[in-house]
Amino acid sequence: MNAPRRQEHGLLACALLALFVYGTSGSTAEIPARVLKAEQQRITVMQKAAATSISVFDGTGQGGGSGVVVTADGYALSNFHVTSPSGAFMKCGLPDGRVYDAVVVGLDPTGDVALIKLVERDDFPNAVMGDSDTVRTGDWCFAAGNPFLLATDMQPSISFGIVSGIHRYQYPSGTLLEYADCIQTDAAINPGNSGGPLFNESGELIGVNGRGSFEKRGRVNVGVGYSISINQIKNFMGYLRSGRIVDHATLGASVSTDDEGRVVITNILQNSDVYRRGLRYGDEVVRFAGRSISSVNGFKNVLGTLPKGWRVPLSYRQNGVRYDRMVRLAGVHAYEELLAKAASKLTPPMCPDQHPEDNERPQRPAPSRRKLSSKVPGDVPDGLARFYTARRGYANYYFNVANRGRVWDAFMRHSQFFGRHGIWVANGELQDGRSFHVDLDADRAAASLDTDLAHINGALDLSSQLEPKGSGGFLAALHVWRRLLTLGPRQFGDVYYLGTAPLSGRDGLCDVLIAIHDVVESWFYFDPSNGQLLLMEMYPDRDVDPCELYFSEYSLVDRCLMPHRIEIRYGNTTFGVITINRWDLAVEAEKA
Amino acid sequence: MKFTIGIIAFALFLTPGRSFAATSPDTSSFAAVVRDVQPKVVKVFGAGGLRGLESYQSGFLISAEGHVLTVWSYVLDTEFVSVVLDDGRRFQGKLVGADPRLEIAILKIDSDALPHFVLEPTAGISIGARILAFSNLFGVAHGDEQASVLHGNVAAHTRLAARRGAYQTRYHGPVYVLDAMTNNPGAAGGALTDQHGKLIGILGKELRNAHNHTWLNYAIPTSEFTKSTSDILSGRNLPRLADENMKLPAAPHTLARLGVILVPEVLDKTPPYIERVVADSVADRAGLRPDDLILFVGDRGIPSIAALVSELRRIDRLDEVKLLVIRAEDLMEVILRLE
Repeated sequence: MNAPRRQEHGLLACALLALFVYGTSGSTAEIPARVLKAEQQRITVMQKAAATSISVFDGTGQGGGSGVVVTADGYALSNFHVTSPSGAFMKCGLPDGRVYDAVVVGLDPTGDVALIKLVERDDFPNAVMGDSDTVRTGDWCFAAGNPFLLATDMQPSISFGIVSGIHRYQYPSGTLLEYADCIQTDAAINPGNSGGPLFNESGELIGVNGRGSFEKRGRVNVGVGYSISINQIKNFMGYLRSGRIVDHATLGASVSTDDEGRVVITNILQNSDVYRRGLRYGDEVVRFAGRSISSVNGFKNVLGTLPKGWRVPLSYRQNGVRYDRMVRLAGVHAYEELLAKAASKLTPPMCPDQHPEDNERPQRPAPSRRKLSSKVPGDVPDGLARFYTARRGYANYYFNVANRGRVWDAFMRHSQFFGRHGIWVANGELQDGRSFHVDLDADRAAASLDTDLAHINGALDLSSQLEPKGSGGFLAALHVWRRLLTLGPRQFGDVYYLGTAPLSGRDGLCDVLIAIHDVVESWFYFDPSNGQLLLMEMYPDRDVDPCELYFSEYSLVDRCLMPHRIEIRYGNTTFGVITINRWDLAVEAEKA
Repeated sequence: MKFTIGIIAFALFLTPGRSFAATSPDTSSFAAVVRDVQPKVVKVFGAGGLRGLESYQSGFLISAEGHVLTVWSYVLDTEFVSVVLDDGRRFQGKLVGADPRLEIAILKIDSDALPHFVLEPTAGISIGARILAFSNLFGVAHGDEQASVLHGNVAAHTRLAARRGAYQTRYHGPVYVLDAMTNNPGAAGGALTDQHGKLIGILGKELRNAHNHTWLNYAIPTSEFTKSTSDILSGRNLPRLADENMKLPAAPHTLARLGVILVPEVLDKTPPYIERVVADSVADRAGLRPDDLILFVGDRGIPSIAALVSELRRIDRLDEVKLLVIRAEDLMEVILRLE
């Protein structure tokens, strides 16, 4: 053994001896590298995630709750019960120590969610939304927020824990603040944490914390906090961006568990869509919106995460036969009822001296407010006025107009319909080979299907002209469609942005505009990737099936992108499929 | 020199530091452990529902045939105790027996081939070790919804008696004190496991410190209830069966001779509460008092006045009678001897 090698061995012996001594004395030197690495990874994840956590105050800088920024341009999530005392404007503190002005965008009182927007920057640190359906009980998670309003320097507190339960259902207070399919965690959720983020171990946003079970130990964490699942919020994100006060869905039927443990229909409204789809009293609910149903809470968990107006798959068993149907969901509230309830909640939800009778109901961890302001501050902060438009039924109409414009501009990117007020003529054929011809002008729509003729007068009540028979109002729908295309949303009448909704057979969500003409309400579904109109549903009246027109095979006709295939559906049937061989769009025809 | 550093780095994993690593925070999820344990945890529904008295508690399976260990409480004071498994199956739970000292009870449901915990009398866990607590706290879970899981560490291994007077409890034996808020309403009877899902204790009833109003989170170690559980399962503490072939003494004890007057027997199973104690009687001198509830005669559980009378009939007057009674929240042993 040469000298250098002996030297190395000597060093090694010394090192091992030193390690043994230190290892038994509890020094940090004994901590394995993988532990230190894991620790550093956790710190890095938390620091990155915490940077997106915000403290929410009212317009005067008082009150307090939490939130999380989800886009670089400043959209942030919080709880409805946190933002509602602030009205339209609030102030948000970021971990960088700065306080930003924010304006309300959309409100979901039933789901206890508020979408707000911070202004002044377009590079806000923002949380990455995870997939809360992949969360498992036992997974590590952590909450960030401003419990007990400790964050005077805007640095959020972090509480670490595990997921204690998934698919939890927490009953609403009346009809508001329902926590369906929520995540239960033992990470500490205290007053002031409301509206703040719950992250998974990777730092992905999996929920928005909002309530906990407290009971008799006072309004502090007892290891049972609840977080609104981020997947529910994803369902509502388009609706919230619409600037509206949005509603949750109801099936139009109630369920309970029978003696055999099946979930069965125990009540059903005859004017509901599900009744028209064939669902009846006593039928067993098998699947709903893609999830198997084995309990009433399981059903409520699915329903509570869906927005009013969505159309989702329902599978039910009737007399031993299984039926799979797409069903349209009505709203939990009547329009006026929702607005009244949303307004009534513009008071602080916290009750410091909890009434004993309330003890058995899980309570919301409302922030302990230093000073409460139940009124909207009179002065609109500088720079916020342009982001806010008051309108009844809306949290902030500004965002509805902005999104309506965005969707319409995308649709019109390749088309020039203005000025095409003359007669539009389409020729083609039906799926069975019969010829098809249609004339559309400002006041009239006429169609010939081979030798059958039908026409409507657009100047009269459309809801009573549902020609051709069995179509649900194909000509009336085409008339409304042409009217919207030629007039645009501003001149059409009442056109607003609903938000985003699914379309059967297509991945992702569509942008939806709703146009109201007389009593006829029409829903227009646009592909957000290219702006194309995919579906129009024309409801000639309330509580009836719409006429559905599925548009496809677009190509340019005289500088207008026109559909060359239209599938017409009504109720449970397909009325027809039209292939259009030729469109003629008269230009300035009225001058001819 | 690079070689030396490599060796040192390798040596780090061989030094006592390795044991630290084994108990250090593990970044992997407990999801797999939770998935294995959940089928062994049950939800128990019974009496209660009035203000401040929840009608639910927790329990866990300890045999494939459907024996459920839970806490002995008012929730079980009904003929209609429901036991709901994690898959949603609901059974009527029949009370097999109870140990009032430990405040545990065993229910039986009519099923078989059930996943269950194996009680290990030597099961233990060191202070500082990580624990998981499974329970239906706040009655959050219904039907096939699964029990809640909280995580924490063992903060102490001590005796509840150390704080006697501060905590109103009948059990004064060893407990694990936990740093997680495990003992919420409805959590009593839940399972405490180590981080690998091995049963190490049963979550106790809610306990509030009478002096400072703080709440204690604790569990009774498995080693404390293994024997009692075995006794209950073997039927040793059950009331004697009427047809048991036993020679009765010619001169047995009677309540009258002992100086005990019970409440009127108005129900099939009227609990044997003492209404009056005859002054200067055997019972009086032994310390029995009105409102005492007689739970045991010897090692036999006494669910009713009829059972008490029957049991006394089997004890020769020359032998002593050992009673276990509840007075207020305390368990007391009283020995009666005719002089």
